[in-house]
Amino acid sequence: MTSEATDQAARHDPVYDRLHESSEFIELRKRYRGFVIPATVAFLAWYLLYVAMSNWAGDFMAIKLAGNINVALVFGLLQFVTTFGLAYAYSRFSNAKLDPLARNLEQSYRDQAGTDSKRGQA
Amino acid sequence: MSDQFLTTFLFLSVVALTIGITFWASRQTKTATDFYSGGRSFSGFQNGLAIGGDYMSAASFLGISGAIAVYGYDGFLYSIGFLVAWLVALLLVAEMLRNAGRYTMADQLAFRMNQRKVRTAASVSTVVVSIFYLLAQMVGAGTLVALLLGVESEAIKNITIIGVGILMIFYVVVGGMKGTTYVQIVKAVLLMLGSALIVVLVLAEFNFNLSSLLGAAAENSGKGDAFLQPGLQYGSTLTSQIDFLSLGLALVLGTAGLPHILIRFYTVPTARDARKSVLWAIGLIGAFYLMTLILGFGAAALLDRDVVDPAAGGNQNLASPLLAEAVGGGEGSTGGAILLALIAAVAFATILAVVAGLTLASSSSVAHDLYKGVLKKDQVVSEKDEVRVARIAAFGIGAVAIVLSIPAQRLNIAFLVALAFAVAASANLPAIIYNMFWRRFNTRGATWSIYGGLISAVGLVLLSPVMSGLPTSMFPDSDFAIFPLNNPGIVSIPLGFLLGYIGTITSKEPSAEDRFTELEVRALTGAGAEGATHH
Repeated sequence: MTSEATDQAARHDPVYDRLHESSEFIELRKRYRGFVIPATVAFLAWYLLYVAMSNWAGDFMAIKLAGNINVALVFGLLQFVTTFGLAYAYSRFSNAKLDPLARNLEQSYRDQAGTDSKRGQA
Repeated sequence: MSDQFLTTFLFLSVVALTIGITFWASRQTKTATDFYSGGRSFSGFQNGLAIGGDYMSAASFLGISGAIAVYGYDGFLYSIGFLVAWLVALLLVAEMLRNAGRYTMADQLAFRMNQRKVRTAASVSTVVVSIFYLLAQMVGAGTLVALLLGVESEAIKNITIIGVGILMIFYVVVGGMKGTTYVQIVKAVLLMLGSALIVVLVLAEFNFNLSSLLGAAAENSGKGDAFLQPGLQYGSTLTSQIDFLSLGLALVLGTAGLPHILIRFYTVPTARDARKSVLWAIGLIGAFYLMTLILGFGAAALLDRDVVDPAAGGNQNLASPLLAEAVGGGEGSTGGAILLALIAAVAFATILAVVAGLTLASSSSVAHDLYKGVLKKDQVVSEKDEVRVARIAAFGIGAVAIVLSIPAQRLNIAFLVALAFAVAASANLPAIIYNMFWRRFNTRGATWSIYGGLISAVGLVLLSPVMSGLPTSMFPDSDFAIFPLNNPGIVSIPLGFLLGYIGTITSKEPSAEDRFTELEVRALTGAGAEGATHH
């Protein structure tokens, strides 16, 4: 279990090819990428918008909304809100849409790997 | 003198507590998996706390609140960047890395590439990033202790740095990942409770009215409303604005490339636990950064300007401890002395936990990647031997960090950390992302992006105003600053990605297609991933 890992790249277990081609895996990858790629683009754009506004929209950021609380502060706090919100949404999504597929695939790996290799651990 | 007695007592209590934890953990550390990843047996919640403990460094606790106390709103960018960055780790890195690797960042590259080359590259960049980060923490520790003992003495600072160095070697050599993790968990709890206490006391001074706190901060700062708006620190020249953007990029992309954070994902049994730990970490770290906002504006409102403003000879890194003293009843009062000692001890615990994580990450990489993966590539290396080398490496890294920290004391803590983030984002993140998402990515692409990102980030800093040309530079008397920005991220991060792309498409190396297939299945499903060990 320890020494063989030194040369992982030399070995290949064909069970991975079968899993890779399965419709379940293709669906899992599609769902995963379908969530994380747009989400990453969105949160990075939203964050960079904040950085850019801090740089180049000083007058707008300085507008006071209530007492001494201005747009800049609210914008900054909204970054916290969206970070918490997206983290929560991803958690919900992966629990409901990704984990069941991943579990099934991992189970079929265990079932099949028993014959091809000893690497599936109990 | 009794105040100093109390401070010393609390400091020593923190040290004694962490030493006790380390000895206790050492009895459960037997195998290599125990040493590197705590047997992969931590729960998502425990690891979430430990990630918080690993991440919320002196730069956050002392540096951000200090930056807000002095420059107002501009200090807030650090908090936001440091937090939003966790989304990169959550969505793109944590789970897949957990499934694809074993002990170090290099594992997932070595999965389908030339072991020797990618392990060497990843190990070099792990050690460089960790050393930059270590310097920041150790410089912070020296400043903190010297000012608390009320002596502005180089000797005290140097002794503190050496002491912290010895402690971090001890944590790693004796306690391994298990000891380090528990030290981080305890620190995270202490830090959250300590900060929450001061936040409540600060808010109470203003009848829990945020607006009047902000108003008092703006007035006391002497800057008026500008103190609550962006632009005070970064100014309004185009160069400084681009610098701000560069810093913003480095912060948001750096976290998911920090080796000491990445190896924490290996300490849980499954990828789902890795996800849970990041979710806990996001909640914890987010709450903490909201508190630093109050601490920073509180310090601006309640402290004399000249004790925190470096322009007036003050020390911005002491804003939080001095604020604790002020809300406890002020200088000379018992309440003030107790809170000051308490918060200083918490800050010290913060530093100890972070340096332990950094030392562990870099010594693991030296032993697992350089020693086992490169030097002894064709030989069988026993677990015992590998862990022995990791322990020796911890001594080496500790010694290097001590030697470099002593002359680095002129540098600003938050800046050093931002630099570590820039190097991590430029050298490590491109390789990690390409490896998980790009079938064709290969050895040359990986090494080009790692070395290219690393050399450009560090090289640009050497040629920047940080090193020379300004009175605040490390070498104020010379001028070789041909690069105008303080933070290299805006150039070096895209360069890291670009070199990874060019290296890949120009290489004739046949890409290990079947290994990518395996990596992809394993990363997304956990099929064949390393499991937890059971004792």
